[in-house]
Amino acid sequence: MTILVIAEHENGAVAPATLNTVAAAAKIGGDIHVLVAGQNVGGVAEAAAKIAGVAKVLVADNAAYANLLPENVAPLVAELGKGYSHVLAPATSNGKNILPRVAAQLDVDQISEIISVESADTFKRPIYAGNAIATVQSNAAVKVITVRATGFDAVAAEGGSAAVEAVAAVHNAGTSAFVGEELAKSDRPELTAAKIVVSGGRGMQNGDNFKHLYALADKLGAAVGASRAAVDAGFVPNDMQVGQTGKIVAPQLYIAVGISGAIQHLAGMKDSKVIVAINKDEEAPIFQVADYGLVADLFEAVPELEKLV
Amino acid sequence: MKVLVAVKRVVDFNVKVRVKADNTGVDLTSVKMSLNPFCEIAVEEAVRLKEKGVASEIVVVSVGPATAQEQLRTALALGADRAVLVESNDELNSLAVAKLLKAVVDKEQPQLVILGKQAIDSDNNQTGQMLAALTGFAQGTFASKVEVAGDKVNVTREIDGGLQTLALNLPAVITTDLRLNEPRYASLPNIMKAKKKPLETVTPEALGVSTASTSKILKVEAPAARSAGIKVKSVAELVEKLKNEAKVI
Repeated sequence: MTILVIAEHENGAVAPATLNTVAAAAKIGGDIHVLVAGQNVGGVAEAAAKIAGVAKVLVADNAAYANLLPENVAPLVAELGKGYSHVLAPATSNGKNILPRVAAQLDVDQISEIISVESADTFKRPIYAGNAIATVQSNAAVKVITVRATGFDAVAAEGGSAAVEAVAAVHNAGTSAFVGEELAKSDRPELTAAKIVVSGGRGMQNGDNFKHLYALADKLGAAVGASRAAVDAGFVPNDMQVGQTGKIVAPQLYIAVGISGAIQHLAGMKDSKVIVAINKDEEAPIFQVADYGLVADLFEAVPELEKLV
Repeated sequence: MKVLVAVKRVVDFNVKVRVKADNTGVDLTSVKMSLNPFCEIAVEEAVRLKEKGVASEIVVVSVGPATAQEQLRTALALGADRAVLVESNDELNSLAVAKLLKAVVDKEQPQLVILGKQAIDSDNNQTGQMLAALTGFAQGTFASKVEVAGDKVNVTREIDGGLQTLALNLPAVITTDLRLNEPRYASLPNIMKAKKKPLETVTPEALGVSTASTSKILKVEAPAARSAGIKVKSVAELVEKLKNEAKVI
């Protein structure tokens, strides 16, 4: 068995989710090859070659693969994928965008967001917003799978010495073009990779009040998240949303502030190791999943917490 | 131009589902069913395109059991012009649904196909991308803004670090994210009018599509329950617990 892992990368570096995906590949067993597609990605390929357990790195460096447009990248992955037993990608927005297109071109079902590997053909994945866990078996010649990063401990980013091989194939469908992007600026750790996450909900009342959470987060070295209610109310940008329709996190510590705990939010954070809830409504559903609950006014509790940690 | 919108009948998002005792699936008997929330957003976007004079006709399509007619009628009440039900009682995987939708696309020849980004039951997030692959159309997934300009459509997408804008050639496939729009409610007169709008039923066999799949669900279990937590009385106690008991700070 040989497994192809599609690398996630940003700003010329390998994104952490790639390391979790390689870990899932290692659980399946067999040789692991990593594909780095993009434009000017030589540095990323070199970094990918150092990932522990990687046997070979394929690098497809071409203007057609800039910004990872799925119309161009999916045919490349489908063509390469035919020679592999498994094709894996992290369940990031790129992975989710590209891989189903690959699966359809290979005429196989895709298995989305696995959280465990039972055997080389059997996997577990959450359904119904995490309220049920399905065990799925695939008999596809090429098993096409996205991996939920929080389900697997990352492999070491250093220690490997894989050979780097260039892929000459160029696919350019010419049906789509990149116009621009607007990225949220943040000095704090990335939400899905942070060890501690502090999240605010509708109870924050406005965007300005998130400063209390930022102060607490900076003291803890934490990332700041939000519930859908806080995003929809315009308090914070939507890339901060934690939930079924936002990001899935599983940090060591998750502090939910002014969040009631709707099903869709819990789907994004209930695998956190320790959950703390601060809410003035003692009936809030968040207290049913919280390890430590504090019934208090967040505007008093959060500044006090910031002083004491 | 003609817009095709795909919708799915799913368990209502407010229902807390229970896993069946024999672990074959979740219990859906006498549970409230609704239009998948992302599909509602897809219908709304199509209706807004029609109101702007961009779309001339909206065809809404669903793949599912006969009861999915209810969700098609809902979409008609929201402003779709006519409906197609591909009737199948099997639990179909995303690829099979994408192949059936491809057959409908071949017949209807829409310029734009709008789907939700994922269904809240299977949580797959695959069908739109797969349909785009099968038709060879460009795809604009997780859309939070859609602007048709001549023979192109500009789609602003929600990506991990923020927003990205793409220009896609038409025909194209778009999948909706939550913030694309706020769906309207169907008014009573529109619900009555929707009953008279055309609804055609076809079968996978009639479309000549095989729905065979390469995967199967062996078992469905309830997630591991979290052990009950405790309520602390003060911030000081909370910090003490986090430092000494949980050892996370």
